[in-house]
Amino acid sequence: MSEHAVSMQQATVQFSGGARAIDAVDLLVPTAQRLAIVGQSGCGKTTLLRVIAGLQELTDGRLRTDGWAADDQASISFVFQQPALLPWRRVINNVTLPLELRARKQWRDNLPRDKHTAAMAALSEVELSDVADRFPHQLSGGMKMRVSIARALVTEPQLLLLDEPFAALDDLLRTQLGSLVIQLWQTHQFTMVLVTHNIAEAIALSDRICVMHAGRIVADLSNPILPSQTDVRRTPAFAEFYGVVSDHLRAAVLS
Amino acid sequence: MKPNVRETIVSVIAVAIVAVLAGALWHVGVRMFDLPKILLPTPSEVIQAGWQRRGELYAASLVTFYTAAVSLLVAILLGSLLAIVFSQSRLLRRALFPYVVFLQTVPIVAIAPLLIIWSGYEFRTAVIATVIICLFPIVNNVTMGLQASRTEHRDLFRLYGASRLQTLMRLQVPTAIPYLLLGARVSSGLAVIGAIVAEFFVSNGAAYVGLGALMTRWQGLYQTDALIAALGMSTLVGLLLFAGVDWARRIFLNRYTELD
Repeated sequence: MSEHAVSMQQATVQFSGGARAIDAVDLLVPTAQRLAIVGQSGCGKTTLLRVIAGLQELTDGRLRTDGWAADDQASISFVFQQPALLPWRRVINNVTLPLELRARKQWRDNLPRDKHTAAMAALSEVELSDVADRFPHQLSGGMKMRVSIARALVTEPQLLLLDEPFAALDDLLRTQLGSLVIQLWQTHQFTMVLVTHNIAEAIALSDRICVMHAGRIVADLSNPILPSQTDVRRTPAFAEFYGVVSDHLRAAVLS
Repeated sequence: MKPNVRETIVSVIAVAIVAVLAGALWHVGVRMFDLPKILLPTPSEVIQAGWQRRGELYAASLVTFYTAAVSLLVAILLGSLLAIVFSQSRLLRRALFPYVVFLQTVPIVAIAPLLIIWSGYEFRTAVIATVIICLFPIVNNVTMGLQASRTEHRDLFRLYGASRLQTLMRLQVPTAIPYLLLGARVSSGLAVIGAIVAEFFVSNGAAYVGLGALMTRWQGLYQTDALIAALGMSTLVGLLLFAGVDWARRIFLNRYTELD
């Protein structure tokens, strides 16, 4: 395993109209780091995440992620803004889906062979073993998102990408799911890249924050707030760092 | 009583009241203008004629229902297959879709004689004619359904390196099923129309007799009361097929949606 889970050099995505979604981005994400990318809507943060996932091609620059090349996305999982569960599949079958799709590469990826057992283990990690036989429409919004996290975990990813995963949920659920993600990270030690426009969420879940504006990373900050089971949001240090991130974001927008 | 059951009972009563009122109006109209039976019989005369010929009507309705149902099934299979081919190649879709539209626009009464020359006075000829009539809604809906999967679902399949076949079978086909069932619902009505129109021509020399054949015969004999009774039976056949498809749709979709 290399030192960096993600390595980007001068990464650029330019659309046919000429607009640049991301513009000459240099980014190194050390293994097991929790990176949060914050920025306004349309600043390019989701495009950056899609590039890392291999869902969007670069028009210029280079990208390398640990453990996979362009044709071998063995160790990446993605949690989308919406749970993106397949409504015709029961919860358990939604979680086994990545294993089914990768079954043909199983010998290479060294993925769990017993799909059902692996899916039940992932569901147990998000405390949803008891709803395995339900259909997605029988679950609440928060439960759907937890299933989506279980689906991302089932392949035992080395790199977990989260695209504003809690944006559609209320504050209490956001905090609960945030704690769950931290707990999962502590167990699995995957590298995590989280995209959000919510500064508080970024601080609570990451150990490094990049501020993006107009396709560029305009600030790269080390997060002094340690993950904790208690609510870190009520500490003065949290408020102070919130101000720092907020100032960088405001300065970028005003400039 | 469950709200759904209550709603159904209210709907049935409402439909029955409209039927009784329309029947009464019809009866009064015929009596008031003293219309001859050959031109327009009263509802009671129609019911009487239907009851007298109940054996014939029942047998013919079964034949028409069978023709329509088999044709609908063939249209579903053929239409879905065509839509899957279209979904796999934009070039094929562009090349072939206009011909499917052509099938939709071609008047079946115009090509029925041609079909008889090619295929004879056979059951299969009626099925071919009916399939031509009810194919388009299936192809159109399934083609749309196969392309309707959500962006994040497509991304998910790409992320995990799904093959084309996996994406088709695990994402596109399940996404298209509600579209197929809606198309089948539209086609179920067309299938009965198609079967009866085909029987106008095909039953002429065939061993089997559907409602279309009875209608042609009774029209020739100026038995207007029996003709209207056959018309009523054809409506019943249409409703039955429609209800069957709709029931299947609800059973299927209820599994994973909140559809009532």
